Amino acid sequence: MKVISATDSELDEPQYKHCTATRNACKLCTPLGACLVFRGIEGTIPFLHGSQGCSTYIRRYLISHFREPIDIAASNFSEESAVFGGASNFKAGVRNVIQQYQPKMVAVATTCLSETIGEDMDRLFHDYLKESWFEGHPYLVKVSTPSYTGTHIDGFHAAVRAVVAALALPGDRTRRINLFPGMVSAADLRYLKEIAEDFGLPYTLLPDYSESMDGETWSEYEKLQSGGTPLEAIHASGCSQASVEFGRTLDGFPSAGKFLQERFNIPNHSLGLPIGLRETDAFFEVLEAAAGQPTPDKYSKERGRLVDSLIDGHKYVFEKRAIVYGDEDLVVGISAFLAEMGVIPVLCASGGKSKRLAASLRAAIPMLDERTKICDGIDFAQIAEMADTLKPDLLIGNSKGYSLARKLNIPIIRVGFPIHDRIGGHRILHLGYRGAQSLYDTLVNALMEAKQTASPIGYSYL
Amino acid sequence: MQPTSPTQPEIGILSSREASIVEVGKAGGGIACDKHSAAGSVSQRACVFCGSRVVLYPISDALHLVHGPIGCAAYTWDIRGSLSSGPQIHRNSFSTDLQEMDVIYGGEKKLYHALIELIDLYKPNAAFIYSTCIVGIIGDDVSAICKRVAREKNIPVLPVNSEGFKGTKKDGYRAACEAVYKLVGSGPTDGISPHSINILGDFNLAGETWIIRNYYERIGVQVVSCITGDARVDDIRRAHGAKLNLVQCSGSMAHLAKKMEEDYKIPVKRVSYFGIEDMSAALYETAKFFSDDPTIMERAQALVRDEVNTIWPQLREYRAKLQGKKAAIYVGGAFKAFSLVRALKMLGMETAVVGSQTGGAEDYKQLQDMCDPGTVIVDDSNPLELAKFCLEKDVDLFIGGVKERPIAYKMGIGFCDHNHERKEPLAGFVGMLNFAREVYSSCMSPVWQFAPRRAAKLKGAKA
Repeated sequence: MKVISATDSELDEPQYKHCTATRNACKLCTPLGACLVFRGIEGTIPFLHGSQGCSTYIRRYLISHFREPIDIAASNFSEESAVFGGASNFKAGVRNVIQQYQPKMVAVATTCLSETIGEDMDRLFHDYLKESWFEGHPYLVKVSTPSYTGTHIDGFHAAVRAVVAALALPGDRTRRINLFPGMVSAADLRYLKEIAEDFGLPYTLLPDYSESMDGETWSEYEKLQSGGTPLEAIHASGCSQASVEFGRTLDGFPSAGKFLQERFNIPNHSLGLPIGLRETDAFFEVLEAAAGQPTPDKYSKERGRLVDSLIDGHKYVFEKRAIVYGDEDLVVGISAFLAEMGVIPVLCASGGKSKRLAASLRAAIPMLDERTKICDGIDFAQIAEMADTLKPDLLIGNSKGYSLARKLNIPIIRVGFPIHDRIGGHRILHLGYRGAQSLYDTLVNALMEAKQTASPIGYSYL
Repeated sequence: MQPTSPTQPEIGILSSREASIVEVGKAGGGIACDKHSAAGSVSQRACVFCGSRVVLYPISDALHLVHGPIGCAAYTWDIRGSLSSGPQIHRNSFSTDLQEMDVIYGGEKKLYHALIELIDLYKPNAAFIYSTCIVGIIGDDVSAICKRVAREKNIPVLPVNSEGFKGTKKDGYRAACEAVYKLVGSGPTDGISPHSINILGDFNLAGETWIIRNYYERIGVQVVSCITGDARVDDIRRAHGAKLNLVQCSGSMAHLAKKMEEDYKIPVKRVSYFGIEDMSAALYETAKFFSDDPTIMERAQALVRDEVNTIWPQLREYRAKLQGKKAAIYVGGAFKAFSLVRALKMLGMETAVVGSQTGGAEDYKQLQDMCDPGTVIVDDSNPLELAKFCLEKDVDLFIGGVKERPIAYKMGIGFCDHNHERKEPLAGFVGMLNFAREVYSSCMSPVWQFAPRRAAKLKGAKA
């Protein structure tokens, strides 16, 4: 973990204790991100090549956030497979999963176990298909996600790229745009689709778990929940006029947008997550250019109301001190919005380690100054240690910061993933003007409530 | 919008799974169980590590360090409802967070430093080091590091051989028992009454151990240690001084009890604290064992009478509402399933589907004897099978854990969480009342009429 002051690149004296172990991680393992991507694709079942526990733990973790079923198959390694290789388990597993689920695609992610024993996935695929291919066999894709490198976010982006690399087809250029949103909420995905439709742009949104992981109660049993990016749309992504990819820390990461740029010469717009005013403006500029039309009135008005409310509420939030933590790009987006409203992000912290967090924050927040500390590779124990001197007024991040907020007796604004202690975490809207509006109202109201509760007078008129 | 009519889905059973499913009253032999899960089936089981981690987790003054990449530790951070009346070290998640270079060059150094620092920082009374999948593969000598740190820091540092792929969750229980057994016998046994027990296999979920412990103390029986609900290292060290081991939960602590029986000649009784019948039986069995003091039995009888009288009026009201409803049960251990079948019966409900992740042949035979003809019994099931049985039997309630909850809800079926993550105590007499309330508040909620499958049925019934 590195602590940097926002204004210089020199290391500050760390304010946390050095610790070799990770204590209360602010990250998850790589295959989790891949599994979520795969369940955001039409008719796709995620398949982990490794131990059974990986699948069960990841399912439980995702279920507790989305409150939706998520089936993840596994090759269920035994001691034998660990010694002699998991080929027979893999083949039997894929056959079984196809028989039971009749999926359109089986998407395989590796685990630390299969990577450590050096499974040759190309060879496994080849041998499996040689033995078991049949007319109408579902697609098979694979992604390498050893949990000893990177975080769930790396697994997420790697899976998006792997799917595009396997399925995108060349052809005549169309008006379509590709949207690679990163690990955002189901509500965010729905909003992105609404925006693209309002601009009259055909789109490939990958992944899209807005329905598969936030669906209706079933009238008929669904083996794999419906929804997800249509496979047709992924094929068509090779002919799109442009790709838009969210995540400033993706610079340097072999992303899906970069793949399409290199392979099919599709221009790639790498933007920050559109959270707050400036980052959302940048997104709408790209959309205007792609659609050849101005931003629809609906969104200009959303922006207008947002600015109006920032003015209405500015005194309640000015120079309040916030600790922002979670996935790197979410931290960048949220911090950018906080800076716009006048809140000081006193600590921008992530368990991720793209090495791009500080640069991304500086790029997204022109007014960033020395009051902001930036830490990557951090864990919650270290955040708690730093909080002692930072004296924050609020925390913004996922549920896992709750115990710290409770200890400090300050509000926590829940964003991102996971939200395990509230209902509807996947329906939190973060993106665009509408998402900023909802975040802003939540944040200001939390601060007002804290003040109201702490007041001995109990004003009912603030 | 008109609800569409429900259709019976085509859910196939894998041929490799058929032997693990039986229907009571139909011909056929025993159920196939104690097997590794079929590859590609979405088993509801976890892994060896999970088995060890759940069993040892509640030892609240010990350090629990997960040696491996981050996932295994991250997914098990403070997820259980195991309460501690004192230290809270167990609620942290510590990991060596192995990186690529550690995998290549070995993780021993990192493990050593991590341990030394954590022990200095948190001052635990013992440390458990859990091996995850890749630790065995990269060849770290975890035992050697543990010995060295134990010497340097003068606390027990115990390796747990819990590599995920080395068996099933049950093997994880066994590994946990092996590790914790190293503590047993190392403490003083003075002040232990001739009427004393260890509570094995209760994890103090939502304070359940406290409820049970209170019952035993009220009837005049001393509780030497709870392994591992609200456990402390020093209590476990003197557990061998108890005169009787009461083992709850089918698999998790059976191995420990067996070892203590062999080495310390401590007799074992299998008990359950769920439901009025089983809770009472547990107290009576204990009183019978200490028959040299007949007042224990007298107090047990008085306690049961008082407690049952307290909850009975309310239970009767729930029963009137729940009469005739059908339930499906899918839990970790089969022994809990027995209790649940009985508890449901007391509420006037019928068990139509029952299964477990880790039941043994004997357990399933007993379930077959307990359940009515037509009940489906299944070992190591998966979401598709569970959905199929629930639809076929048209159950009103599903009892399981977090992974089963959305399956039930999506089909418009009520749900009761009876897993490690529950936050309501369901053990003891008061627990039976909580259980009844849980079942009642799910089954009787008005929301099901809007679930499409139910709505269509209601519409069909009216037509």
